[in-house]
Amino acid sequence: MNRINQKLQEDKKLLSIYFTAGYPSLNDTVGVIEDLEKSGVDMIEIGLPFSDPLADGPTIQASSTQALENGMTSELLFSQLTNIRETVSIPLIIMGYLNPMMQYGIEAFCAKCQEVGIDGLIIPDMPVNVYHEQYQAIFEKYGLINVFLITPQTSEERIRFIDSISDGFIYMVSSAGTTGAKNSFGNTQETYFDRIGNMNLKNPQIVGFGISNHETFTQATNKAKGAIIGSAFIKHLTKNGTKTIDTFVNGVLGN
Amino acid sequence: MKKTYHVNEKGYYGTFGGAYIPEMLYPNVEELRQKYLEIMYEDSFQKEFKQLLKDYVGRPSPLFFAERLSAKYNTKIYLKREDLNHTGAHKVNNTIGQILMAKRLGKTRIIAETGAGQHGVATATVCALMGMECIVYMGEIDIARQAPNVARMKMLGAEVRAAMSGSRTLKDATNEAIRDWISNPVNTHYIIGSVVGPHPYPDMVARFQAVISEEMEWQLQEKEGRSYPDHVIACVGGGSNAAGAFYQYLDDERVNLIAVEAAGKGIHSGESAATSVLGEDGIIHGSRTLLMQTKDGQITEPYSISAGLDYPGVGPMHAHLYASKRAEFISITDDEAMTAGLELSQLEGIIPAIETSHALAVFDTRKFKEDEIVVLNLSGRGDKDLNTYIDYFKL
Repeated sequence: MNRINQKLQEDKKLLSIYFTAGYPSLNDTVGVIEDLEKSGVDMIEIGLPFSDPLADGPTIQASSTQALENGMTSELLFSQLTNIRETVSIPLIIMGYLNPMMQYGIEAFCAKCQEVGIDGLIIPDMPVNVYHEQYQAIFEKYGLINVFLITPQTSEERIRFIDSISDGFIYMVSSAGTTGAKNSFGNTQETYFDRIGNMNLKNPQIVGFGISNHETFTQATNKAKGAIIGSAFIKHLTKNGTKTIDTFVNGVLGN
Repeated sequence: MKKTYHVNEKGYYGTFGGAYIPEMLYPNVEELRQKYLEIMYEDSFQKEFKQLLKDYVGRPSPLFFAERLSAKYNTKIYLKREDLNHTGAHKVNNTIGQILMAKRLGKTRIIAETGAGQHGVATATVCALMGMECIVYMGEIDIARQAPNVARMKMLGAEVRAAMSGSRTLKDATNEAIRDWISNPVNTHYIIGSVVGPHPYPDMVARFQAVISEEMEWQLQEKEGRSYPDHVIACVGGGSNAAGAFYQYLDDERVNLIAVEAAGKGIHSGESAATSVLGEDGIIHGSRTLLMQTKDGQITEPYSISAGLDYPGVGPMHAHLYASKRAEFISITDDEAMTAGLELSQLEGIIPAIETSHALAVFDTRKFKEDEIVVLNLSGRGDKDLNTYIDYFKL
């Protein structure tokens, strides 16, 4: 069974952390992953930097620009991850945009993911129907789970369709907007979390966008299986470097 | 089935096009996809659109026989005078169409991207006309180099927001406009300025610009006794004026289509915007098309002396016209374009936009037969480029 599905069966709320590969420094990728696991994180999204990240807010854009300036590429990321499964056992997901993967070759990219031990992909600009019609068979061949996004504007019919072709979890975008930290969620989000929670979907949901601290993590995981933090963690790395990752994670988990 | 170069029912031109957008944009783009054709072809829409094109934009734009230019190149050259439109270029055909679309979709807030500022001005203009809130995203670097157009937009009541990310030019302004739309999914319509972006934008913008070739048909019928030319020439950045000039002739293989791209300082100089030659298949701004990128798939910054041609992608219709060889693609350098712009000024008394000068330079590099009818889409006037002309020619 895929590591993502194993993790989803655990009887706890899951914390997933996003960071940009090659940030703050080019060779920080592996160290950040190892420290996140040691700090008690359940799952990691490794951001493959892109020059034009449409779904991301200023924090992740800036980290992507920096990572590219540092020299990060798809090829280099795979080479950094070559031995990652010797030290890390939690699920690893690559989050990136479709264009760099197309240039690598979708099948070659998926094969490489399997080789280094990646469990899934999140590709915000890959349309559901394109995945379904062109890429699903390739993803499945290499044992990769593709994670789809839903938003407060996604219709119930479309959520049901996405649920039907998903295997793993659904990435529930908390509110209309790009990625970026918020300090708390309002009634609109609570209502949305409740609405999705009550749909009895076959795939658990993990909430992302706008989660930054213990309060928002708790709110987001009241109904959902877990939550993803990205921008707030990138800000922590920008400010404090890579030495105090456990402080950040403990803060979110309320330890 | 008859071969067609128009968009198919899934939103593709051959393998190009589609809607590669984050889920956050899906409801907006889907709403537009479902409704755009129905709305555009309602009688009341067509009536209002045509009335505004006539009384506000000043259409039809003349089809002018350029006698001295024709004599010099020994062929029959007609100029389609889009430069005479209100706001000085073809851009306004699209913004008039889209603002009417936005009203019918019940939207109250308009966003747009702009590079040189021409589309920003055309959008700010129609927003003023309709009393709509208007926010234009423009790269920080472009704001600095296009001050007069920034002032025009402000005078027209628009808010100009600086795109500070990435290379801080047109592609980043487009990214910021898309991010704004993600954050304002209900009340906002995004007026894209060219035949780019996710389906249905390329097709919708092409249909609004198609008025150019619709007029050409009856104008040629009047002047030449036939509704089609042998060649249509247009410059291509994103490709909206070319899409409009080609539109009625896309499936008429009697007509040779010539798309002119900016070679900048030379195609292989590293400073170029010749997307068809230098681009690779990929995804930009929600569309699968040819785009300039590194081998790792990072989108690169193109260069041209003309701010309207330095887009790293090209509309999916044009990518398909290139790949299928339906259109002839020619690249013109900065120097060739500037020379052609000066020549038109002095032979015909028309100062063209530098974008258009690229199309004009084709006459110096490619021969046409004496009895052939060539229509060149004179997409914009050169007022906005005077400083560049002055610097270049030391006027």
